[in-house]
Amino acid sequence: MAVADRRVGLLMFLPAIIFIFLLIGLPLVLSMVYAFSDARIGSTSFHYVGSENFRSILQSPSFRMALKNSVVFTVAAQVIVIIASSALSIALASPFRGRRIIRFLILLPWVAPISLGAIGWKWILDSIYSVITWVLVWAHVFRPYGAPMWLGEPKLAMASVILVHCWRLIPFSTVIMLAGRSAIPKEIPEAAAIDGAGFWRTEFLINVPMMLPIINVAVLFGTIFTFTDMTVVYILTAGGPFDSTQTLPNLAFTTGIQGSDLAAGAAISLFLVPVLILIAYFMLRTAHRAEVV
Amino acid sequence: MAVVEIRNLTKVFKEGTPGAVNNINLETKEGEFLVLLGPSGSGKTTLLRMIAGLETPTSGEIRIGGDVVNDLSPRERGIAMVFQSYALYPHLSVYDNIAFPLKAQKVPRNQHKQKVEWAAGLLGIGKLLGRKPRELSGGERQRVALARAIVRQPKVFLLDEPLSNLDAKLRASAREELEQFHSRVQTTTIYVTHDQIEAMAMGDRIVVLHQGEVRQIGTPKDVYDDPADTFVATFLGSPPMNLLEFSDFIVGFRPESLVPEDVIPGSAQVKFRFRVNYVEYLGAERVLYGGLEGVGSDSKEIVSRLSWTMPTGYEAGKVYDFAVAQMDLRFFDRQTGKRTNARPRPWQ
Repeated sequence: MAVADRRVGLLMFLPAIIFIFLLIGLPLVLSMVYAFSDARIGSTSFHYVGSENFRSILQSPSFRMALKNSVVFTVAAQVIVIIASSALSIALASPFRGRRIIRFLILLPWVAPISLGAIGWKWILDSIYSVITWVLVWAHVFRPYGAPMWLGEPKLAMASVILVHCWRLIPFSTVIMLAGRSAIPKEIPEAAAIDGAGFWRTEFLINVPMMLPIINVAVLFGTIFTFTDMTVVYILTAGGPFDSTQTLPNLAFTTGIQGSDLAAGAAISLFLVPVLILIAYFMLRTAHRAEVV
Repeated sequence: MAVVEIRNLTKVFKEGTPGAVNNINLETKEGEFLVLLGPSGSGKTTLLRMIAGLETPTSGEIRIGGDVVNDLSPRERGIAMVFQSYALYPHLSVYDNIAFPLKAQKVPRNQHKQKVEWAAGLLGIGKLLGRKPRELSGGERQRVALARAIVRQPKVFLLDEPLSNLDAKLRASAREELEQFHSRVQTTTIYVTHDQIEAMAMGDRIVVLHQGEVRQIGTPKDVYDDPADTFVATFLGSPPMNLLEFSDFIVGFRPESLVPEDVIPGSAQVKFRFRVNYVEYLGAERVLYGGLEGVGSDSKEIVSRLSWTMPTGYEAGKVYDFAVAQMDLRFFDRQTGKRTNARPRPWQ
């Protein structure tokens, strides 16, 4: 009986194990092997080259730029996302007319596939067809043909990429924050009000500290989503202009797949692993702490 | 210290539904311990929350210390409140919990330590200042909540069933502590409870509420001995007052007033034939459940409560001669349930 049970249990687990092994484990191992080799697309040569790939990518300006950008995008997007979703969660916490429909609308960007969303934004920010430009010209902020190219100038392109990341992550973060906020017993902010605390004091001394474990979860998830995402950059700017919006995932893809240098691509993508492991560690730890409290 | 006055106060949560609080008028005395007593849904907590400023009245006026406070926020009313759940800030230490009102009210920082220690000392929690709320027992949490309420010396204390989360044994001692605490600080206190023993033991006066209306305001002795209507008569006292219904009025008497005939002097007696159905032995007293023969409807359950000093030996199934002293009978109007003058008795 017990043996049969165990077999059934194993059988039930098998699809998940196979899935993880084939789609996550195998590519990971493969990229580790590639990163220390001279593998290229369209070539049968395969030699161990030690840390040569790492040495060469570290010297590449593109790589340094991408590493810097990845960090900038992630940090900037997270700061904006946390502030915006905190504000939204305060606004959506107490009931008002039409709250359900607004909650639904706010969640939409998260439900839509990221690639479709990014294509939508590509058109919104397009150099010729941009509705934003059209509105600004109509409002006489810019002269016709004098409007900035949202995706064509390094600073603006960076801002655009960050903006789209925020657009994508705010709904997710808001939902988490709302859950955290509704977990605070109603009497606690009331007690603070009676004790004489105003809005800001109640928010920063009472509500935010009580929500801290759940805010951590939102930040860590958001960090991983932004840091590992290549869709937004790939679709909006493809890393340009002049690598100014290049990120590690996109660089790994363009170098390894489009540029045929599998080994270098693997080395670039492996660069993310230690960072992500560290984040995953903190994520699990805070999740555990949140359970205990 | 201040007097709280309430004029025609009404709260309707949803239009078209009966109000949670209906046209209530009451006034505390200086330094009084006023208890709002009523079953759940009687509007007592809503009333307290309106005084605190956590709920906006639909109509009516609230005055604290003579000033109308209807449009003031809770912080501007000079009140302190202890919640049923205590609502301690879980991420702050006991010290920071107690100091929070001082910070929020911008009391100079150099006074915090002394004031917190004063409040903690008053409640005997000086040793707990470094702990977090989750490391405290129920009784300790309650004391921290009280210390947090008293630390900025409010004009009025509002307490919302602060003892209901304690176990029975702790509740009795906490009740006594609260009484002593009140006699020491002498701050006007409004205390909400559904527990009549708490109300009787602690209240200088009791406000009995039912369905959002005041049924009676009076000292514990007033509301117990001279209930204004049948609701007050049956809500206070355990077991409740016996009520005998007649064509146009109701006669009531307390279970402890129904005693063996020979306990009461002859001239003042109102005699009953009491059939005992069931005897409950409670140590200090015995409770006899039964019916009166030949009076009212026989099926109506009548209760007698005999102290341990009374004669014993009553058995289920037998009929005894019992009596109530004339002065212990209370008369109520059958239609309205309100107290009326004594009526000639339609029995005997």
